[in-house]
Amino acid sequence: MSPRATQALQPAATDPAQIRNFCIIAHIDHGKSTLADRMLQITGVVSDRDMRAQYLDRMDIERERGITIKSQAVRMPWEVDGTGYALNMIDTPGHVDFSYEVSRSLAACEGAILLVDAAQGIEAQTLANLYLAMENDLEIIPVLNKIDLPAADPDKYARELADLIGGSPDDVLKVSGKTGVGVEELLDRVVGRVPAPVGRADAPARAMIFDSVYDSYRGVVTYVRMVDGKLNPRERIQMMSTGSTHELLEIGVSSPEPKPSKGLAVGEVGYLITGVKDVRLSKVGDTVTTHRQAATEPLPGYTDPKPMVFSGLYPIDGSDYPILREALDKLKLSDAALNYEPETSVALGFGFRCGFLGLLHLEIITERLSREFGLDLIATAPSVTYEVATDDGRSVTVTNPSEFPSGKIRAVSEPVVRVGILTPKDYVGTVMELCQSRRGNLMGMEYLGEDRVELRYSMPLGEIVFDFFDHLKSRTQGYASLDYEPMGEQEADLVKVDILLQGEQVDAFSAIVHRDKAYSYGVLMTERLKNLIPRQQFEVPIQAAIGSRIIARESIRAIRKDVLAKCYGGDISRKRKLLEKQKEGKKRMKMVGRVEVPQEAFIAALSGETEKKEKK
Amino acid sequence: MAGPLPVGDPAPADGRLPASAAEAAAGVPFGAYVHVPFCRVRCGYCDFNTYTATELRGAKQSEYHEEVAREIDLAVAALDLSGVGPRPLSTVFFGGGTPTLLPAADLVGVLRRLRERFGIVEGAEITTEANPDSVDAAYLRALKDGGFTRVSFGVQSAVPETLATLERSHDPAKVPDVVAAAREAGLAVSVDLIYGAPGETLEQWERSVDMAIALGPEHISAYALIVEDGTKLARQIRSGVLSAPDDDLQAEMYELADERFCSAGFGWYEISNWSRGVESRSRHNLSYWSGADWWGFGPGAHSHVGGVRWWNVKHPAAYAQRLAIGVSPAQAREVLDEPTRQTERLLLQSRISDGLPLAVLGERGRRSVAGLIADGLVEPRAAVRERRLVLTRRGRLLADAVVHRLLED
Repeated sequence: MSPRATQALQPAATDPAQIRNFCIIAHIDHGKSTLADRMLQITGVVSDRDMRAQYLDRMDIERERGITIKSQAVRMPWEVDGTGYALNMIDTPGHVDFSYEVSRSLAACEGAILLVDAAQGIEAQTLANLYLAMENDLEIIPVLNKIDLPAADPDKYARELADLIGGSPDDVLKVSGKTGVGVEELLDRVVGRVPAPVGRADAPARAMIFDSVYDSYRGVVTYVRMVDGKLNPRERIQMMSTGSTHELLEIGVSSPEPKPSKGLAVGEVGYLITGVKDVRLSKVGDTVTTHRQAATEPLPGYTDPKPMVFSGLYPIDGSDYPILREALDKLKLSDAALNYEPETSVALGFGFRCGFLGLLHLEIITERLSREFGLDLIATAPSVTYEVATDDGRSVTVTNPSEFPSGKIRAVSEPVVRVGILTPKDYVGTVMELCQSRRGNLMGMEYLGEDRVELRYSMPLGEIVFDFFDHLKSRTQGYASLDYEPMGEQEADLVKVDILLQGEQVDAFSAIVHRDKAYSYGVLMTERLKNLIPRQQFEVPIQAAIGSRIIARESIRAIRKDVLAKCYGGDISRKRKLLEKQKEGKKRMKMVGRVEVPQEAFIAALSGETEKKEKK
Repeated sequence: MAGPLPVGDPAPADGRLPASAAEAAAGVPFGAYVHVPFCRVRCGYCDFNTYTATELRGAKQSEYHEEVAREIDLAVAALDLSGVGPRPLSTVFFGGGTPTLLPAADLVGVLRRLRERFGIVEGAEITTEANPDSVDAAYLRALKDGGFTRVSFGVQSAVPETLATLERSHDPAKVPDVVAAAREAGLAVSVDLIYGAPGETLEQWERSVDMAIALGPEHISAYALIVEDGTKLARQIRSGVLSAPDDDLQAEMYELADERFCSAGFGWYEISNWSRGVESRSRHNLSYWSGADWWGFGPGAHSHVGGVRWWNVKHPAAYAQRLAIGVSPAQAREVLDEPTRQTERLLLQSRISDGLPLAVLGERGRRSVAGLIADGLVEPRAAVRERRLVLTRRGRLLADAVVHRLLED
């Protein structure tokens, strides 16, 4: 394939009228990365020889899971009717956990390709991102991908798309990222339909940070979209939210490898390197200006990423704690949304309370910790932030059940999210049942095409952070997709259930649950622990309690015999070695009061392995 | 066959002990254990070092007493070399296997050799184990005449079903006769019982306990059945043919036995051993728990002299070959350092009714005794008045857990 543009336009010297900034909105697995690969090839920025699958996804996890976590921007040359263009493709994270990052990426564009799998149709997350794109006034280009698949039904989904965004089904482009069919036409349409960026070339420089990536060789690489003015090499720049200034060591564009340029001008997209080592100094959404001639007004839309889901992470081997701390410090460099602080648990030892944007974020971080740092971790059940008002007029923010105040409580409020679920219509009943059991309020229901339904619920976030998605998938045989976004807070009758072993509270198992569910949680956990904790020299009561009121109780009978009857033929060595081996084993036990609990029991109880085993 | 031997350091070919042994052995009672590694059939639960005729690979039962005689000579030489000096024996114990599968003359011959080479102290305890169906009055008389003082019968159970599960071949109805014959011959009698066999009920066990008492022995041992890896019993339990022994039931059985024995005039002196009075305790058995020295003769036999433990090669054929060329049959040994000896003291002495002097314990260990008393595992009276740690009945059943708590650091 030979590139159409013979000469690329130079950064810092390109007329905004010849620039097009766009992104691709797609659900996981709908082929965004493959389409991006074809664009890189067709425009000639990556030679056929250097091409590898999912070129832009740099992390192993991204490539394996097919999820784009960190976005990137690529400048590609293109030519239509003899005029050269610079196309900036801004890759957006596909998942709702990263919706803030998505919104910043969208704000850097004037157009969006809405990419939908021609065999599957639109999914919940795509709807959410489409909504965000329209909020940002982006020009939407609907595209059906994977038309080469035998199961593809482009006509059906073209109608569905046209129905959703308006226009005619004939306007929906049909492409195959795999074979490259239709990709040139798509690029032509980007040039034709996406508006050129507009900005004031002579105003003080303003650039919006839409991504910030930590690179172990170069420090933080900051991706910006120039709005006004110009940034030049070696200039001193300033971050408007903090006022901090940095020397601009390098400025350039990605195509897709970083290429230093003579600067960035209005409408352009590129990267900055300042030598900063911590992404928190270069935050997504912040505005970059020059120190010498600073802008007075930052670009709108900056907010600090706020963690929504919390979980305690503990090394299974306590001596790994320093490694975990270092690993989190490192990840934090490239992930400004990750929050953590040290935490101690009686049951699990030393660890960190971590805040995440959502469940996928949690999953990705724990997976990176294990993969990149070789850590074996146990994560406590995820929880959310509660605001607790006590009778004595205090207000306490609770991100960990252990912070739940013990006195009289006037009210507890919990975060609520707007949940969108797309499901084949046959599963509507079972999905509704599930949502209702999780305190969901149906807010709307709409048919998308003939056989798919979008259900909209308001639901407490606390009800979906635990195993909601697993249940949703298993009840719909994997067909349903889920999306959620914050919609405020509500008061609810929430209580803290503690689990006590011989009267001693086991912090790792405390949970904040709705009063109606307190009993079933208590029964579940006491039964689990009864089956997991070995018998001791004394009877061990296991209780679930709300405050001082016991709501469920089990007990582990005392062990009655623990002695070897004899030493064979005077083989004392064998007996002593057995004793020494047992002693080693005891070192791995955690003490809860006088009760010895194997670490594995905690892990199994937290992960619910016991029930899973029974089901098999 | 049989459970694995421990891993240890190499043992020298001449059996010589390290220099440290002479001092450690000074003044310590000395005994002999003679292992007879033969059985007519192997019982399903047994993982002792024993062999049936087809498993002997050329080792000859008939020549066995001569091989042991060679090890006796080697032992005397080795002790001489080590500066320990052969001391007269306070106890001799023939165990197995089935010692009484050998002719009485062979056992007596080995005993004679021991007497010639080591000497035997006045009033020494000389015991052999016996299967009730492998001895008769004449055999027992021959033992007595040869110097034996005591016989320990492997009765195991009074209940035919339980005996069948254990694959014991004797007829329980004939046991009283053979016990009477032993008494008549002038031998002290001990009865061995096993409890907790698969399928055995508390009621069946009660019958065995009562039977044992009715036999009128001076001494009773009652051992909980342990399912050892590699035995037929372990395979039968794994495949579901037999049920695994239940610890709680075994605990109840122990409590029942202890009660019955006590009300019949026996007292416990070691977790699994009871006797009528102090003088009927098995001194040989006690020597294992009180840190005395003994030389174990025969394949797979364990020895302890002067803070050194060693064990012989397991197979009778290998054992015979070593001795034929004048090489010590010891396969490996360990020289116990002070911390290990301390651990062993706790481990062993806590099991006996004489108890463990509290002075032996470190500061932490002594502190943990309070908790053990509070939990009803240690006799408060003995601890306070005699400064000794003596287990209660409940404590005996949890003896291993008690030792862990004493060792906690």
